[in-house]
Amino acid sequence: MSEKHIIVINQLDKYFGDFHVLKNINLSVAAGEKIVICGPSGSGKSTLIRCINHLESHDGGDIIVDGIPLDDRVKNIDHIRSEVGMVFQQFNLFPHMTVLENCILAPVWVKGVPRPEAEALALQYLERVRIPDQADKYPGQLSGGQQQRVAIARSLCMQPRIMLFDEPTSALDPEMIKEVLEVMVDLAEQGMTMLCVTHEMGFARRVADRVIFMDEGEIIEENTPTSFFDNPQNNRTKLFLSQIIGD
Amino acid sequence: MQQIIKWSRKNLFATRMNTLLSLVSLWLIYVTIDGVASWAFINASFLGADKASCIANPHGACWPFVTAKLNQFIYGNYPAGEQWRVNIVFALGALGLGLLMTGCISFKKQLAVLMLTAYPVLTFILLSGGLLGLSYVETNQWGGLLVTLVIAVTGIVVSLPLGILLALGRRSELPIIRMMSVVFIEFWRGVPLITVLFMASVMLPLFLPEGMNFDALLRCLIGVSLLASAYMAEVIRGGLQAIPKGQYEAGKSIGLSYWKSMRLIILPQALVISIPGIVNTFIGLFKDTTLVMIVGIFDLLGIISFHFTDPNWTSPQVPITGFVFAGLVFWVFCFAMSYYSKSVERRFSVTGENK
Repeated sequence: MSEKHIIVINQLDKYFGDFHVLKNINLSVAAGEKIVICGPSGSGKSTLIRCINHLESHDGGDIIVDGIPLDDRVKNIDHIRSEVGMVFQQFNLFPHMTVLENCILAPVWVKGVPRPEAEALALQYLERVRIPDQADKYPGQLSGGQQQRVAIARSLCMQPRIMLFDEPTSALDPEMIKEVLEVMVDLAEQGMTMLCVTHEMGFARRVADRVIFMDEGEIIEENTPTSFFDNPQNNRTKLFLSQIIGD
Repeated sequence: MQQIIKWSRKNLFATRMNTLLSLVSLWLIYVTIDGVASWAFINASFLGADKASCIANPHGACWPFVTAKLNQFIYGNYPAGEQWRVNIVFALGALGLGLLMTGCISFKKQLAVLMLTAYPVLTFILLSGGLLGLSYVETNQWGGLLVTLVIAVTGIVVSLPLGILLALGRRSELPIIRMMSVVFIEFWRGVPLITVLFMASVMLPLFLPEGMNFDALLRCLIGVSLLASAYMAEVIRGGLQAIPKGQYEAGKSIGLSYWKSMRLIILPQALVISIPGIVNTFIGLFKDTTLVMIVGIFDLLGIISFHFTDPNWTSPQVPITGFVFAGLVFWVFCFAMSYYSKSVERRFSVTGENK
């Protein structure tokens, strides 16, 4: 367990009832590393990253984030959540608040940042996701791509060290995928540690340090994007790649 | 004129069926208005000090009964010399609510806090007295509209927060909290209000130690509030269930604690969704207060029917007039609540599109 690993996952097991959804997962992520996780639906990839900020609890093995073991201690869970940002498929913005209010909520109420300071920070991040002019609108008034970019800004406002992306572009119309991916590429270039569950293979090639392929709750293959796409080892990987790149 | 003809052709007499329905409806409206007007105004008696004028007008309302008894209808047997205290309570309540509703003042939050903290204390001191040189007025002297409002407002103010806590408790992940909430809700929801009131006024004193006196009105207040809380809890639980799971997860993922996430994210949305149900419960509660009559507390309806037995006012029209008057007063309050709730719903509409 080297010092530079910001996330260490050891022999992770998780069940949904009788269903063994994650089987003996081992994964270490270095600070600043970008990892893309792909695989067929139901392979456990979303569950895996949801375990990292304890949206799902695990049944066996250890998860250590930034040196803090993730167990049932509320203090540890809260600490880890303030260091780990998450972006959801369905955006999950708070519809009764403006964009700016969405962004300052956590800094003000979790970290106790004074409101003006939090607002300045929020505007800075809204600028970074390229929508500073929408700060006073409500989420319902924005397009899907804009909402997802607000969701990214909202997570960044907590100044996390790790960002988790759970199929961030799957609910978007094709013409909006690009604007969200561009923001994610920016973020990657600035050195953020990122774990992305996504099927955007172009993004994986361009940004990822490692691509992980999961099927039936197991990590089947992990490699650099070039080797992963050009020279897949496992038959299931080959089948999966041929299906999504296919035509 | 031409426009009226054009409009009625289009909306009232477009087809044969349409014409028939229009004529029937117009006839129904005419019959209703004619009946009400002749009873309430044309054949009614308006002046008089006793039943004489009412017996002389046997087919119309007996309004002198209402005017003669109005003081009792509002205050019950509250001593005449002390009624200014009730008036102050009414006036402050109306002023506070009015300011909160018009929504054009900057100190709204502080005012709302004041109305929920200082106002009830002040109301208690003013109404029951025994402090600050005010003479003590026992609650069995309270009556009429005063009692109706005291019970309804207490029920409303207590049941909303308690209902929220119970609804959260019922959805809690902690098994003991969840079980206690379920038992509480199902118990109070399954018991008729009349039973609760009887238990409170007849049974409870039997269990209390000798000499311990527990005010009858207070017992009713507690019973009504707890019952209303159980109903409120289920209304709010419906709102909570309508909030997508993603909202809870987003709250967790940005590090909000359970209470902060409820207060800032979940409840503001759930309560707005629940407004129609909440107001429905309030209105039901307001009308249910009439049941306290059966345990010897004279609310508005109770005191009106009590006065039917006054020998100075024995006339066939007196009970009818009394009930109509009671109905009108209740309707005015309930309609006001319903009307106000619509504006609240608009103001807090979740999408932000109406802002």
